[in-house]
Amino acid sequence: MPTKVEKDQITGTRTTGHEWDGIKELDTPLPKWWLYVFYATIVWSLGVFILYPSLPTLSTYFPGITGYWSRAELAENLKAQQEIRAPFVKRIQAASLEEIRADPELFDFAVAGGRVIFAENCAACHGAGGAGAKGFPNLADDDWLWGGDLEAIRHTIAHGVRNANAESRNSAMPRFGADGILTPAQIADVAEYVLSLSGTAGDREAAERGAALFSENCASCHGEAGEGNVELGAPRLSDKIWLYGGDKASIVQTITYSRNGTMPAWSERLDEATIKMLTIYVHALGGGK
Amino acid sequence: MMKGQEAAAGYATAGTLHGEPYVEDVVRAFVIATIFWGVAAFAVGVYIALQLAYPVLNLDLEWTTFGRLRPLHTSAAIFAFGGNALIGTSFYVVQRTCRVRLWGGSTPAWFVFWGYQFFIVLAALGYVLGITQSKEYAEPEWYADLWLALVWVVYFAIFLGTIVKRKEPHIYVANWFYLAFIITIAMLHIVNNIAMPVSLFGTKSYSAYAGVQDAMIQWWYGHNAVGFFLTAGFLGMMYYFIPKRAERPVYSYRLSIIHFWALIFIYIWAGPHHLHYTALPDWAQMLGMTFSVMLWMPSWGGMINGIMTLSGAWDKLRTDPGLRFSVTAVAFYGMSTFEGPVMSIRAVNGLSHYTDWTVGHVHSGALGWVAFITFGAIYFLVPALWKRREMYSTRLISWHFWISTLGIVLYITSMWVSGIMQGLMWRAYDSLGFLQYSFVETVAAMHPFYVVRALGGLLFLSGALIMVYNVWRTVRGKVEAAPVRAAPVAVGAAE
Repeated sequence: MPTKVEKDQITGTRTTGHEWDGIKELDTPLPKWWLYVFYATIVWSLGVFILYPSLPTLSTYFPGITGYWSRAELAENLKAQQEIRAPFVKRIQAASLEEIRADPELFDFAVAGGRVIFAENCAACHGAGGAGAKGFPNLADDDWLWGGDLEAIRHTIAHGVRNANAESRNSAMPRFGADGILTPAQIADVAEYVLSLSGTAGDREAAERGAALFSENCASCHGEAGEGNVELGAPRLSDKIWLYGGDKASIVQTITYSRNGTMPAWSERLDEATIKMLTIYVHALGGGK
Repeated sequence: MMKGQEAAAGYATAGTLHGEPYVEDVVRAFVIATIFWGVAAFAVGVYIALQLAYPVLNLDLEWTTFGRLRPLHTSAAIFAFGGNALIGTSFYVVQRTCRVRLWGGSTPAWFVFWGYQFFIVLAALGYVLGITQSKEYAEPEWYADLWLALVWVVYFAIFLGTIVKRKEPHIYVANWFYLAFIITIAMLHIVNNIAMPVSLFGTKSYSAYAGVQDAMIQWWYGHNAVGFFLTAGFLGMMYYFIPKRAERPVYSYRLSIIHFWALIFIYIWAGPHHLHYTALPDWAQMLGMTFSVMLWMPSWGGMINGIMTLSGAWDKLRTDPGLRFSVTAVAFYGMSTFEGPVMSIRAVNGLSHYTDWTVGHVHSGALGWVAFITFGAIYFLVPALWKRREMYSTRLISWHFWISTLGIVLYITSMWVSGIMQGLMWRAYDSLGFLQYSFVETVAAMHPFYVVRALGGLLFLSGALIMVYNVWRTVRGKVEAAPVRAAPVAVGAAE
């Protein structure tokens, strides 16, 4: 390939004389602004090298004249945060749940912290606002499976439901259908009766047949009138609040196979003050007793 | 040069030289593979974007969950679409700019082609079946890694051999970039994937590195996969196809030398910015940050050379949508390579890292730069390789361009908004130091942007399908008698 320097007619710049497959190159000098900005980034970097840890040596590193250390920065941040919270946390540790609730300052602190703790730990099942979902109780209403006063809520949070914790809430509804205690026809009748307790039965005759079966099999936990029992975590059946669905098919499913939902014992993960704050928050969601 | 054959097909150079034909059938295969894997990568991308907006699309099947389809998408985009484009164009470019046939002729090149496709299928099967070594962009297990290393060495030998036996006195700048890409990717791939298989017939292996060393090696690899695969390689592509298509000389030879060496030297240090605020020592984080910032101008050297090469030929952007793809690609390249250094600054990274902002940044590079520069090359290569005068429809290229550009704009703007919002929500505290938002609230807030992003992806995919149709019609069309076209005349009347 002949090497010949030429002048580009459009830009007036000379070429380098190289050519590849018809492609030539202009001998344009480096743009000044490009070069100066490049130098500026290098100068800036040199500044960082001097101020901050950035250059390794054989066995350690040059710490920079500021001596910056990200772990120290983190420790400072955490300490600053703890200093704001410490007086409150100390008082929460010392106070009873009732005292916290009665003290406006502590109450505000507990609700503010409880909201975050709830969002991080509880919202996955109970929903961001505590409204619950199928199988996960609504915590914002006044219907409580295991009791809705402060101490009952604290106990449920701390020890959970149907888990390995020694003080866990515990009870087990039998599998009436799966274990052959009742026939499918009987279960259908009981289901109609259960619906009648909240005034929604479709088949009055079946409901009447189911009444006796209910009295024999269900009333000991759920109560004769289906009023429920918070000692046993037996839901009230005489309202229209349903954990697993209030249509007949869902109720038949519940009676046949039982449900027995579970919840972790949070005392195994959260400290006492945190659980107290969480209790105050859940109690204040709207349904606390 | 043999003037009569200079432009056998439009802008392209004749396929024969001194009776020894350039290897073209393999390049044709690479072009088809590029288009095929591109459409596959875009389609999977749209699907997983929809999964993020509508999780029911995970289908409750282990093979179709986001966690398995995501590496399928990234690998298909980077290694299948991008890789085939790079290898194919490098074979095309190196022969013409060295004026020799590929070293070893077509047989080793065919081995690289089929070997590379086999690697892609092997890797993809692994992802769907849940076989992974859990290194981002290096997910394939040891058996696939070994195979790729073998294929890559053959590729390197072909490319280097061709340069060694060149009939030009100098090595063209595009070939410097291609060679830097091939050598560095080999080094990164081998070092990052050193691992001990549990058994000869099992898929599982354990990395040679542990803890923060493993993280550092992985992101030294990961960042330079961006630097040398997605930047250097595609700059090689840019340096051939833009001056060729614009029929203008490269803007500045000096800039190409300086920015090449600056880019190569500085890029390799920038990896630690992927590990800000982690167990990686502060000094390594700071060092990575400064090198990332110093990388800004070396990256922009390529942009200046790409765009300024058009001086004197700006009018071609109006009439040549293929060239419009290439030049818009360079503009997106300039934007991404400014955004990258900004995001590498620790204070900015504290906000942007782990958010959708990063996803948007990657896609302004992947869709705007990598895919667009590739589309420009495809619209050049298809008529050249299949001996057609031009593409079947210039209008359809224009449609492809505008639909894809709109798709990219929707994609990156939605991810900017979503990512910055996400980062701000994560760090919002009240006066007592309690977090303002739960994680699930941030997810709920991002939903509308996920829908917009999926729409952007769908537009981008639609544009690619228009290209498929256009390429298909061009390939099926009549072979044109080679029109004799004058060599580029903008330089020197003495031609």
